[in-house]
Amino acid sequence: MPSSKILRGLLALPVLALLSGCNAVVMSPSGDIAAQQRDLIIWSVILMLIVIIPVIVMTFLFAWKYRASANAKYDPEWHHSTMLELLIWTIPLLIIIALGALTWVSTHQLDPYRPLDRIGAGRDVPAETQPLVVEVVALDWKWLFLYPEQGIASVNEMAAPVDRPIQFKLTASTVMNSFFIPALAGQIYAMPGMETKLHAVINKPGEFEGFSANYSGAGFSWMRFKFHGVTNEGFDDWVKKVKTNGTALNRDAYLKLEKPSEREPVRHYATVANGLYDAILNRCVEANRMCMKDVMAIDAQGGLGIPGAFNVASLDEATRKRLGLQDQPVRTYVGAMCGPSDPAFAAPATLTNQTL
Amino acid sequence: MSNTTALTHPGDVDAPDNLRFYVPEKHHPQNGTLLGFWLYLMSDCLIFAALFAVYGVIGRNYAAGPSGADLFDLKLVAINTAFLLFSSITYGFAMLEMNKNRVNTTLLWLGITGLFGLAFLGLEMYEFYHLIHEGATPQRSGFLSAFFILVGTHGLHVTFGVIWLVTLMVQVKQRGLIGENKRRLMCLSMFWHFLDVVWIGVFTFVYLMGVLA
Amino acid sequence: MFENLDLTKLIFGRLSWEAIPYHEPILLVTFAAVVLGGLVLVGALTYFRVWGHLWREWFTSIDHKKIGIMYMILGIIMLLRGFADALMMRAQQAMAFGDNAGFLPPHHYDQVFTAHGVIMIFFVAMPLVTGLMNYIVPLQIGARDVAFPFLNNFSFWMTTSGAVLVMASLFVGEFAKTGWLAYPPLSGILHSPDVGVDYYIWSLQIAGVGTLLSGINLLVTIVKMRAPGMGLMKMPIFTWTSLCTNVLIVAAFPILTAVLALLSLDRYIGTNFFTNDFGGNAMMYVNLIWIWGHPEVYILILPAFGVFSEIVSTFSSKRLFGYASMVYATIVITVLSYLVWLHHFFTMGSGASVNSFFGITTMIISIPTGAKIFNWLFTMYRGRIRFEVPMLWTVGFMFTFVIGGMTGVMLAIPPADFVLHNSLFLIAHFHNVIIGGVLFGMMAGINYWFPKAFGYKLDAFWGKCSFWFWQIGFWVAFGPVYILGFMGVTRRVSHFEDPSLQIWFQIAAFGAVLIALGIASFLIQLVVSFMRRDQLRDHTGDPWNGRTLEWSTSSPPPSYNFAFTPQIHDGDAWYQMKQRGYERPLKGFLPIHMPKNTSAGIIIAGISTVLGFGLIWHMWALAVVAFIVLIGVSIGHTFNYKRDFYIPADEVTRVEGERTSLLAKHV
Repeated sequence: MPSSKILRGLLALPVLALLSGCNAVVMSPSGDIAAQQRDLIIWSVILMLIVIIPVIVMTFLFAWKYRASANAKYDPEWHHSTMLELLIWTIPLLIIIALGALTWVSTHQLDPYRPLDRIGAGRDVPAETQPLVVEVVALDWKWLFLYPEQGIASVNEMAAPVDRPIQFKLTASTVMNSFFIPALAGQIYAMPGMETKLHAVINKPGEFEGFSANYSGAGFSWMRFKFHGVTNEGFDDWVKKVKTNGTALNRDAYLKLEKPSEREPVRHYATVANGLYDAILNRCVEANRMCMKDVMAIDAQGGLGIPGAFNVASLDEATRKRLGLQDQPVRTYVGAMCGPSDPAFAAPATLTNQTL
Repeated sequence: MSNTTALTHPGDVDAPDNLRFYVPEKHHPQNGTLLGFWLYLMSDCLIFAALFAVYGVIGRNYAAGPSGADLFDLKLVAINTAFLLFSSITYGFAMLEMNKNRVNTTLLWLGITGLFGLAFLGLEMYEFYHLIHEGATPQRSGFLSAFFILVGTHGLHVTFGVIWLVTLMVQVKQRGLIGENKRRLMCLSMFWHFLDVVWIGVFTFVYLMGVLA
Repeated sequence: MFENLDLTKLIFGRLSWEAIPYHEPILLVTFAAVVLGGLVLVGALTYFRVWGHLWREWFTSIDHKKIGIMYMILGIIMLLRGFADALMMRAQQAMAFGDNAGFLPPHHYDQVFTAHGVIMIFFVAMPLVTGLMNYIVPLQIGARDVAFPFLNNFSFWMTTSGAVLVMASLFVGEFAKTGWLAYPPLSGILHSPDVGVDYYIWSLQIAGVGTLLSGINLLVTIVKMRAPGMGLMKMPIFTWTSLCTNVLIVAAFPILTAVLALLSLDRYIGTNFFTNDFGGNAMMYVNLIWIWGHPEVYILILPAFGVFSEIVSTFSSKRLFGYASMVYATIVITVLSYLVWLHHFFTMGSGASVNSFFGITTMIISIPTGAKIFNWLFTMYRGRIRFEVPMLWTVGFMFTFVIGGMTGVMLAIPPADFVLHNSLFLIAHFHNVIIGGVLFGMMAGINYWFPKAFGYKLDAFWGKCSFWFWQIGFWVAFGPVYILGFMGVTRRVSHFEDPSLQIWFQIAAFGAVLIALGIASFLIQLVVSFMRRDQLRDHTGDPWNGRTLEWSTSSPPPSYNFAFTPQIHDGDAWYQMKQRGYERPLKGFLPIHMPKNTSAGIIIAGISTVLGFGLIWHMWALAVVAFIVLIGVSIGHTFNYKRDFYIPADEVTRVEGERTSLLAKHV
C-alpha cells in the first residue's frame, strides 16, 4: 500500500530524526517480526493523534481564551449538548473500532507461536525451507542455547543465518524470565516446567543485544547475550568453532551449570546429551526424578493412590558433592519410577492392560 | 417559580417545602450495619471464589500422588454436611425466638447451633489428621494444597463463627435482646448461612466431583 | 543445652544481631538520621506537653475529618521515603556504566526498586486517596461522619501498621527483592528465603484489611447517609467517583488477601500453589495478582478524576458539563476495569485470541475516559477560568495524562507490547498516568480543600513553584525514559554496558532533581502558609465560591459538620442554595448525637504490627501470644456498648454563634 508507506514514512521521519542520535532499536530493528511490530506502533500513534492533538490544542486554547481576565463570552448555565455527547463518544469509538480490528488481525499475524510465512515485506518464506530450531533455557543468571539440528550448545551467545526462519522453544530452570532480542522480534516469557515458542527471522547481519526482560534475581543485570546475525557460511563457521573448542553438555554438566552464577562468560558445548532439552523442560535431568510429562500423564489417570504420597526423592549427598551442589538447598521432587520415558525401561510384551 | 413575594426568607424553617434547605427536626441517618456486614460477606465470598478458582486450576495436579477418589470418605463428609445444615436450621430457630423476644429459648437454640458447629469442626479436624497421617499432606501436591486451603479456610471461618456465637451468647445473657444485640445476631445469622452455602459448593465441587473424577 | 537452643529459637526465631545492617553505610546514616529526628520530635512533643492532646484529639479520634488529615500526613511522609528510593535509583542508573558499578550493589538496588513501588502504591497513593475521600465525602453528602466511625479509625491505624513494617525492614533485616508484585517462583521460599518477602506479605495483608474495611465504610456511608433529597444523580461528582472507587476496593482487595495468603502458605508451610514441582502453577499467581492489580490502579485514578471534575467546575465558575455522561463514564470504567487484567502479561504466551480480547477491552476503556476529558474541556468552554493553584494542576493533568493514556493504548496492542513490555517505555507510561493523573490530582485536591480543613489557604506562590517544578520535572525525568524504552532498555537493571544510554539516564536524573524541588516547594508551602495563616485566613468557609455542600460549613467545620441536616433539591447543592438566597439558621439548635473516641483502633493495629513482626521473623512464641491478645482485645472491644454521646444544644448554639459573628466581621 504505497500511500500508507508514505504516511508511515512521514510520521516515522521526525520520530526517527529525534531518535537517530540514539540507536533506537525498537524503531529500527533488523528482523521482520520486529519491523512489523514497529509499524504497528507507528500506525496506532497516528490513529490516536486524531483525537489527542485536538484535545491538547483545545486544552491550551480554552485555558487561554477563557481565562477570567480575557472577559470572553461567559455561559455559566450551558452544561449539556446531546450533539456534542454523541460526538465525543462516537469518534473515539470509531477510532477504537479501527484499532481493535488492527489489533485482532495483527495479534494473530504476529502470534509468536505462529510459524513465519514471510521473511520480509513482500518476501515469502522460500519453499522447502526448514526453520532453524533453537532451544533456549533461562538459567540463573545466564542463557543456554541448544541447537538440536547441529548437536551443539552455547551459553550467553547464539548465532543464526540471515533470512532463515528461526523457531525458538523456550523454558527456564527456576524462575520466570523473558527472552528478548529487540532487533529481532518481540519478547516471550521463559518459564520453568513450561515451553513457550517464538518464531522470528533476522534480515541483516550484525551483532545484536539479547537479555532477559523479566527481573529474576541478583544476577539479572548481567543476564545478557550477543545474538550474531551471520551469512550461511558464517553460521557454518560458528558451528564449526563451537564443535572444535566446546566441551560436552551431559546431564552432570547441566546440573553444574544450573547452579546460580553471575556474569558467566561465553561457553561452548561441542556435544549435547540425547534428550537433554526434553529432560530440562520436563524437569527430570536428575536420574531419580520423574519427568513432568509422566507426572501429568499419571495425574490424568487419577494419580498413583495413597502409596504415591511417599514417592518423594532428592539427590543423594554423594551426587550433590560430586556436582558441587553441597551449599545449595536440597531440592525435593517426585521420584522416578520405571516408566516409558526412562531409557532403561524395556516394555515386555506381557504388559498389555496395566496402567502405570 | 420564584416566590419572592413570600414574607418568609427562602431557606428557613417557615419557607414552603421546596425552598427549605435544612431539616429542622432531629434527623438520624439510616442504620448501615446490615448493609455493611453484607458487603463484608460479599468480599469474603470473593476470597472463597479465588480459592475455588485456585482449586479449579490445580485441583487435578496430584503430582503422581493420591487423588480425591483415593482419600475422600464420603460417609464422613455426609455426616459433616448434616451437622452444618442442621446448625443452620437451629440458628433459624434461634432467630425466630429472637423475634419473639424470648432470651432463654434464643440462647438454647444458639447453644445447640454452637454444638453442631463444634461437631463439624471436630470431625473435620479428624479428617485432616487422618489424611496427614496417611501421607496426604498439604505439601505433597498442588491438589492437596488447594484442598486443604479451601476446606481449611471454610473451617477457620466456622471456628471464628463459633467464637463469635459464644461471645454473643454471653452478651445476650448480660444485656438481653436489645437492638444492638439483635443487629449482631442478624449479622452472625448471615455469616452462618453464608458458610453453609460455601460448604454446599465445597461438598459438590471438591468432594463429590473429586470422587467421581 | 538442647532445650536452651529451642527456647531461643522459639522466642527470637531467625532474628539475630546480624539483621541490623552494620555493613551498609547508607542505611546506618539513614538510621542515625531517623533516630535523631525521632528524638527531636518526641522531645519537642514532650516539651510542649502535647501527648495528651495528640492521644485524645487525634489518635483516638473517630472524626472522619481528623482521620482524613492523618491519612494525608501518612501519605506525605511516605512520599518522602518513596521518592528517596527514586532518587537513589536515578542516581545509580545515571552512573553505573562499564567499569563503574555505581553505589548500589544489586542486593541493595533490588530492594530499592521493590520498596519504591510498594511504598508509592500502597503507602502514598492509597492513603492520599483514602484520606481525601474520608474527609470530603461525608461533608459533600450532608452527613456528620461515616457509617462506621470506629472502623474508620481502625482502618487508618492498620494502614499505618503496614507502613511501620515496611519502614522497619530498612533497619531490621531487609525488604523483598522481587519487584512490587513479588511474582513466584522468585518470591517463593526457595529463591527468596530471607525475611524480605515476608515483610512484603505481612505489611500488605495488614494494610489490606484497613483498606477493605474503609471501602465497606465509605460505600455504606454513600448509600445510606446522604442528606434527604440527594438522589444518586444529585450527588457531587467527587462522591460519585468515590462510590465507584469503593466498589472497586471491596471487589478487588479480597483477591489480594487470598493470593498473598497462598504465597505465605507456600513460604511458611511448604504448600505447592506457586511452586514449579509437585503441581504448583506460578502463572496462576500472575493472573490473580493482576485481577487485583488492574482495578487497583483505577482505585487510584477515579478519585483523582472526581477531584478534577470539582475543580474544573468551581474555577470555571460554571456547572460541570455532561454530569450524567460523567457518571455513566465512571460506571463503565469501573465495570471494564475487571475485564482487562491480562494486558499486564501479554508476553506470557496466552495465544492470539485471548491476547486480542484483552487488548480490545483495554482500548475500550479509553472511550469513557476520553469522554470525561472532553466534558472537562466543555466545562472550561465559555467559563470564566481563575488560575488558582488547583486549576494549574488540573490543566497540567489534562495535557500530561492524555499522553500517558495514549502510550497505554499503544501498549494495549499485543504485538506492540511484545517489544515494549517491561521496558522503560512501560515505566514511563505508568509514571505518566500515575504522576500526571493521581499525583497531580492529589496536589490539586490538597490545594483545593486545604482551606476547608485548616481554615487558611495555602500560599499561592510556593504552590505555583511546586506545580511548575513537578510539571517540567516530570517531562525532563520521563521523556528520556520513553526514549530509552525505544532504545530497547528493560526495567530493574542496575548496571549497563552501552555508553550511548548514559546521557538519557543523566537527563532523567536531573528531572528527578527538579521533582525533588517540587516536593521541597510543597513542604515549604506548608510551612510558609502556616506562618502566614492570618493573611491567608478563610473566614467565610467558601474561599473559592464553591458549588458543593462542604463549602457551606465553616473552615474548619465543627466536629458535627452540620448543625441541621441539609435538605437537598438540586445538584451543585451549595451553589443552588446561594442562588436562592439561603440564610443560615440562627436558632432552634438541637442536641447532636455523636460517636465517642476510642483507643481500640490504635491498640488492635499495634498488636497486629507485633503479630506481623513475629511472623516475619519466625518468632512463634511472640506471634502466638500476639494473636491471642489480638482476639482477646477485639472480643473485649465488642463488650463496649457505650460508644456515643450527645453534644448539648447549648454547645451547638455557642459554636454556631461564633461563626455568625465571624461572618459578620468579614462580610
